[in-house]
Amino acid sequence: MTMQTIYLLIPMLPLIAAVIVGLFGRQLPRASAHWITILGVGASFALSAYVFMHALEGHVFNGAVYTWLVSGGSAFEVGFLIDKLSATMMVVVTFVSLMVHIYTIGYMEEDPGYSRFFSYISLFTFSMLMLVMSNNFMQLFFGWEAVGLVSYLLIGFWYKRPTAIYANLKAFLVNRVGDFGFLLGIGMVLYFLGSLDYAAVFSVAPQLAGDTVEIIPGMEWSLMTVICILLFIGAMGKSAQVPLHVWLPDSMEGPTPISALIHAATMVTAGIFMVARMSPLYELSTTALSFVLVIGAITALFMGFLGIIQNDIKRVVAYSTLSQLGYMTVALGVSAYSVAMFHLMTHAFFKALLFLAAGSVIMAMHHDQDIRNMGGLRKYMPVTWITSLIGSLALIGTPFLSGFYSKDSIIEAVKYSDIAGSGFAYFAVLAGVFVTAFYSFRMYFLVFHGKERWMEAKPHHAHHDDHADDAHAHDEHHGLAPDEKPHEQKWVVTLPLVLLAIPSVVIGYIAIEPMLFGSFFKGVIHVDQAAHPAMSILASHFHGAAAMALHGLQTWPFWLALAGVLLSWLFYMKRPDIPAAIKSRCDLIYRVLENKYGFDSFNDKFFAAGSRCLGSKLWQTGDVKLIDGAIVNGTARLIGRIAGVVRQLQSGLIYHYAFAMIIGAFLLLTFFMKV
Amino acid sequence: MMTDLPIISLAIWVPILAGIAVLFTGDDRRACLARWMALAGSIAGFLATLPLYTEFNFADGGFQFQERFSWIPAFNIHYHLGVDGISVPLVLLTSFITMVVVVAGWEVIEKRVAQYMAAFLIMSGLMIGVFSALDSILYYVFWEAMLIPMFLVIGIWGGPNRVYATIKFFLYTLLGSLLMLVAFIYLYHQTDSFAVTDYYQLPLTLPVQVLIFLAFFMAFAVKIPMWPVHTWLPDAHVEAPTGGSVVLAAIMLKLGAYSFLRFAMPIAPDAAHYLAGFMITLSLISIVYIAFVALVQKDMKKLIAYSSISHMGFVTLGMFIFNPLGMEGAIVQMISHGFISGAMFLCVGVLYDRVHSREIAAYGGVANTMPTFAAFAVLFAMANAGLPGTSGFVGEFLVILGALQVNFWYAFLAALTLIFGAAYTLWMVKRVFFGEVGNHNVAALKDLSKREFLVLGVLAVMVIGFGVYPAPITELTNASVTQLLSHLAQSKLPAGY
Repeated sequence: MTMQTIYLLIPMLPLIAAVIVGLFGRQLPRASAHWITILGVGASFALSAYVFMHALEGHVFNGAVYTWLVSGGSAFEVGFLIDKLSATMMVVVTFVSLMVHIYTIGYMEEDPGYSRFFSYISLFTFSMLMLVMSNNFMQLFFGWEAVGLVSYLLIGFWYKRPTAIYANLKAFLVNRVGDFGFLLGIGMVLYFLGSLDYAAVFSVAPQLAGDTVEIIPGMEWSLMTVICILLFIGAMGKSAQVPLHVWLPDSMEGPTPISALIHAATMVTAGIFMVARMSPLYELSTTALSFVLVIGAITALFMGFLGIIQNDIKRVVAYSTLSQLGYMTVALGVSAYSVAMFHLMTHAFFKALLFLAAGSVIMAMHHDQDIRNMGGLRKYMPVTWITSLIGSLALIGTPFLSGFYSKDSIIEAVKYSDIAGSGFAYFAVLAGVFVTAFYSFRMYFLVFHGKERWMEAKPHHAHHDDHADDAHAHDEHHGLAPDEKPHEQKWVVTLPLVLLAIPSVVIGYIAIEPMLFGSFFKGVIHVDQAAHPAMSILASHFHGAAAMALHGLQTWPFWLALAGVLLSWLFYMKRPDIPAAIKSRCDLIYRVLENKYGFDSFNDKFFAAGSRCLGSKLWQTGDVKLIDGAIVNGTARLIGRIAGVVRQLQSGLIYHYAFAMIIGAFLLLTFFMKV
Repeated sequence: MMTDLPIISLAIWVPILAGIAVLFTGDDRRACLARWMALAGSIAGFLATLPLYTEFNFADGGFQFQERFSWIPAFNIHYHLGVDGISVPLVLLTSFITMVVVVAGWEVIEKRVAQYMAAFLIMSGLMIGVFSALDSILYYVFWEAMLIPMFLVIGIWGGPNRVYATIKFFLYTLLGSLLMLVAFIYLYHQTDSFAVTDYYQLPLTLPVQVLIFLAFFMAFAVKIPMWPVHTWLPDAHVEAPTGGSVVLAAIMLKLGAYSFLRFAMPIAPDAAHYLAGFMITLSLISIVYIAFVALVQKDMKKLIAYSSISHMGFVTLGMFIFNPLGMEGAIVQMISHGFISGAMFLCVGVLYDRVHSREIAAYGGVANTMPTFAAFAVLFAMANAGLPGTSGFVGEFLVILGALQVNFWYAFLAALTLIFGAAYTLWMVKRVFFGEVGNHNVAALKDLSKREFLVLGVLAVMVIGFGVYPAPITELTNASVTQLLSHLAQSKLPAGY
């Protein structure tokens, strides 16, 4: 088998599995749905791992699979670029996907859409692989939109629930706003750089660094800034950066396995991956980098705040994801692309872990997702408890765990950066550490420690958030029955938790040196050392992973995180009256957070209602009244009226005609006599 | 060798003769025979068009398979046919869609089956005639004749308000067509010929070109339809039976756009450049304004009709930016829109046949009772929203890329469709297909029959096929588009003007 065949098989195997299960899922036995797709994704993971090892040896593949079309001298091709960047993504995507496939066997066990779900997640794996393996912008856009499609299908998986089908439409449309900018960016790339092929674009770009374009007459903008910002708008949609973040919290309407796979570990990081892939372009525009930096910093801090007040277990993790995506974006902004990729990878593991653990808790709680109704679960679900603790510790950046290495590197990189906005960003990422620790451990304590509040919680709880399928016997009520106790899940659920917990602990320690400071991303990620020296300063301060962790114990982030954990312990374990008191004192702040800064209501009122209002105005006045009423039917009426007048002339009376003739003859005579 | 046969004549006359033969089966007692004959006829018609692809010389941008016989010698009128890379995909689309329509109307049409089927077969031949006529009078005859079966289809098998719709349709088109005839007569006086190719060589002053262009514009803009002469289309669609809507949207709208490429632009290239700003403005209004209007439609067919107008805006935009990306994007968009709009109207037909309502509000949660159908509907909706991997993406993508090379803001406005196209399509899908079962009609729905599955399945294959691999279309069009663009780049103003 040649390497090209392997590259082709990696995305095709999940696709074939998805198609088989999608088309024949209802005819085939139920278990075949997971066997076929797990086989496809498993093989794809094994091959990806092989390709990764191959890429580690320095092999790079860049070639076309077929020509999509040729027009106007531009050939649009479908092809692969396999280097360490894409190989890393391939391994992460297929690994998390495989874990989620296995987990789904347990989570979706009784769902009537069992085979449909497996088909979708395999289709997602295909789309995501096409995105990361692409060697050109056209295919990147294909993968970009295809993952959006699958996300749409999966958020609306329980299509009977009004909230789910509202959320999926919202997700698709908000993503389309981003894609709108992205597509224009692609158009600019083709026009000004003459190709959509990465390699060709990157080689031409430096010569155009000084060029300007006049988008608005009279205003000269740097070409690279315009291109990079347009492309980044796409990333803002997909990676949920303010103000295009609004879809991600609502996407939690989807089943939990896909929240882990799509809305935490892989799809939402596509934007981060894209910018890292485009580093040769972004390096040419410090303005664009500043823009990226500021957007990321706002997302990192302000989305973190929202995590504090959420009571739905999935929404806490969702806001945490938003905030962490902000961290990655900040890293991109300070030209620390490799750090962003590093955090992307560690985050994929521990956030998928946290989501799947949350799903395990949700199952144990019989689909009650309100953390106020939980408590003390550690006794009943030991595996979920330990793995959640590991995930949370990794998330808040505990030294030696994976999240520490990636997050601390981001914070350090921001510290050494001096581009516009880096001061604000440094404050945001530092404050974010405290916030992250606080909301993470608030959730952790409320779920696993303290009083067993599910004893007193009403079984018919108002807060339904999962499964509405009436085929579900056990889902007709939400929450535990009064005499029921939560229990640990089957191995298909706990095994992925354990397998994800391992990299959440060790991957940072192992990977930091080669990924950030070694030659891992050499030739793939391009940094202009002179203009953006943050990474090289970082490298000069690095003396091994263990030393970094020990040094981390003496730095601000560690103490901030510790303070966050202690404060949440105080608030939610010791003195629950304090948060209640704060809540009543700071009503205004609380309401601002409750309304998520008003983004949703603004979008609903301004964009959604506004478009509908404009649409009916245009239709009723433009089409119905003006064009049809006045012109079309008006013309018909006018002709009718003229005909009515003319008809009067044909009276049939001889003396009318005779009179007309005399007048006519008279007029003619006058006319000719004058000549 | 196939090339000795009059391939284009066969493509035109096989369906027409088949249609006439179907008429002879008489009244509805032999409806079954009429159906099978019609199916055989449509398949024969499709097979007759295949040699146009298989025998096509991809390197040649000029007219191929030409047939030329004297028809009315006194006026130098010829029976002159020929196709190039621009017309061949449209001819194939026509014969393909005709098969789809025959199968789609199989059990649905119960009254006057033979006449219904015959109308579509004859219409198919006449439309192929429009796409391949190189003599302007022959073209004009096909152009007008093709309307007759369409009037009949809407007028006989249409909805309650069909008379208003038919008359509106008729008057709109007639107005334009007459001016086109005037233009042809003027050109005849200049050249003593009705041959299109002679007109291509004729030098004309700018004012004359502008007048000729505007005369053609009146005829073609109505057909496309461009804003503001579009209001007949939603009414016609709403009243037309499903088959009529499919042909109207899939093929008839393309006649106008094709005719711009065949007549208005090459005959009056300087006027085309001179008026490009005007045409682009109208196109962009079509794309953006109509998208907003589509958003608030309550009738599914109206919504799709408005969506068609918006999508056809991409076709005219692509043609009048005068670059290969735009031009080929426009052609791909025409073909793709043929499949997608046809499929969307068939989807509405599937629901209408069961519930007898086109109102979005009459549905809700259809996916519960018709899961297979819902899967198709979501696929076609996504294609309509221009999702990459479906044919709907290709044309829009190329046109936006092409438009950006002319003016950033053209691309900006056109790309808004990414948002609004998705908004109106998916919002409709949400209200019709998702949610709890809306009412007892929806609860009683039966999923697709085998016949319906076949029809939608074939279209789904085309939509995905051309989305994943659109190269076959552009391979056909490349040479002709290059030739057309170089022709358009040369001024036809008389020397010294």
